[in-house]
Amino acid sequence: MTDATLAELCIFAASEAFRGNGEIIATGVGPIPRLGASLAKLTHSPELMMTDGEAYLVEQPVPLGPRQYEDRKKAGYLPFSRFFASAVWTGRRHAMVTPTQIDRFGQINLSRLGGTHQHPKTQMLGVRGFPGNTIYHPNSFFFPQHSTRVFVSGEVDMISGVGYNPARRVPGGNYSGVDLRRVITNLCVIDFGGTDHAMRVISLHPGVNFEMVQAATGFALERLENLPETALPDADDLAVIAAMDPHGVRAGVFKDNPPARPAA
Amino acid sequence: MTVTKGTLDKRMSAAEIVAQLSDGMTLGIGGWGPRRKPMALVREILRSDLKDLTVVAYGGADVGMLCAAGKVRKLVFAFVSLDAIPLEPWFRKAREAGAIEVLELDEGMFQWGLKAAAFGLPFLPTRVGLGTDLAELGGLRTVTSPYADGETLIAMPALKLDAALIHVNRSDWRGNVQLFGADTYYDEWFAKAAAKTYVSCEELVDRIEDHYPDDAQAQAFERCFVTGVVEIPCGAHPSSMPPAYGWDSKAFKAYADAARDPGDWNAVSDRFVGASEAAYLETFGGKEAVAALPLPIF
Repeated sequence: MTDATLAELCIFAASEAFRGNGEIIATGVGPIPRLGASLAKLTHSPELMMTDGEAYLVEQPVPLGPRQYEDRKKAGYLPFSRFFASAVWTGRRHAMVTPTQIDRFGQINLSRLGGTHQHPKTQMLGVRGFPGNTIYHPNSFFFPQHSTRVFVSGEVDMISGVGYNPARRVPGGNYSGVDLRRVITNLCVIDFGGTDHAMRVISLHPGVNFEMVQAATGFALERLENLPETALPDADDLAVIAAMDPHGVRAGVFKDNPPARPAA
Repeated sequence: MTVTKGTLDKRMSAAEIVAQLSDGMTLGIGGWGPRRKPMALVREILRSDLKDLTVVAYGGADVGMLCAAGKVRKLVFAFVSLDAIPLEPWFRKAREAGAIEVLELDEGMFQWGLKAAAFGLPFLPTRVGLGTDLAELGGLRTVTSPYADGETLIAMPALKLDAALIHVNRSDWRGNVQLFGADTYYDEWFAKAAAKTYVSCEELVDRIEDHYPDDAQAQAFERCFVTGVVEIPCGAHPSSMPPAYGWDSKAFKAYADAARDPGDWNAVSDRFVGASEAAYLETFGGKEAVAALPLPIF
């Protein structure tokens, strides 16, 4: 019996996505994915490799938030100038990120919303490294607000990351590296184990039913027949999470920092 | 042996460097987002009449300012971001006004294009871009492997630069540069992809071997890739220049806020560009204040 928060449940679910990945770079962008990768490395998957978020590899994951610049202990070197040659284009990485949109094919968008490419309604970051990440190495996603604005009907406004859409696959291309693993949201955990890699709900967070998830999704979801409850972190996991987030950044991920198990 | 005195003296002023650039040029800018940007040279462009540029950059405030000032005809980019302020507000404004033409690329494809240019190749093959909208939007073509695998690949075209601007930690008069900090990003490849590379530096010396011979391994690209060099301490401000100084969060915030209010670059360009580099630096507390900016924590 633990009194984990929803944020901590999501961190624990994120850590499970990195289980048994081998000696690859675990990249978690944003507090929940990053704490998930750190928790994985510090508990069940010490073989994972991580950076300090800048240029150095660390064997002791770097805590979130303010600290002294030299606090991190450098164990290796992986600057951006080597990143494609060492991590991305060799497939030795698993990234968990938060795009702005995802569609039923697992195609993701971080670039723009609405309008045209020449004249977008809303300009966002740009595709960044998503096209390369998604064709070369495993990827997972975290969405703090499961809604039809994120899980869109049809296709995303601009395809920044490769999915499993046969219509978008240029014949003769090698898509063997496309490997979408997990989607973690405030409601559930999803994998791509459905028909033709369709998204499939594999667990529901406490107090959530499948109909709630489907209603917040712009396309039909598949599901495990008997949906388990998403596992909660135990006291040891919570202690690791607390140590990796000494300033409590995780408490600000969801409004009012709700408990994992809603009050009855 | 004849030594022609002075032929390797590549010193120029910032204004002389900008005078070497011309309207319509393709200009590469080194650094990455809010880091290691040759901002003093960018400000010198902003003080000039230069226009219709094609800018090739891992974009930060360099891209935002040049877009805001109407200097950019076309942008080649993978992202434009100030990190702590994820969406570069002036870039965003220019995009949402439909004001600039773009070639949007993946971060890895981008450096691949610089490498193709550096090696004088028309393109380099890659899987990156397949299965996304990049190829169609960017007019990128495919090639077929001539070997047994027959794989279809994207032909990433060379990103040939007419000129590149890079800010480095040290240089000598001859363009022997030294780059420090945890990461120098793709500065080496900007330098090699460009017909001419102009370098600003925190510290300039006459003969680097007389001053810093032990740091020769920090020469990220050789002096044959350097056309001109100018000493501009704090020349990356408000971006970071490790290990000398971090980025200026307050300056970035003021710059970002100005995109909303008043939202008109002409009304605020004095603050963020200044009539001269000295005047600009004074606005932000001078060299001492810049030297005191902490390195960012990630």
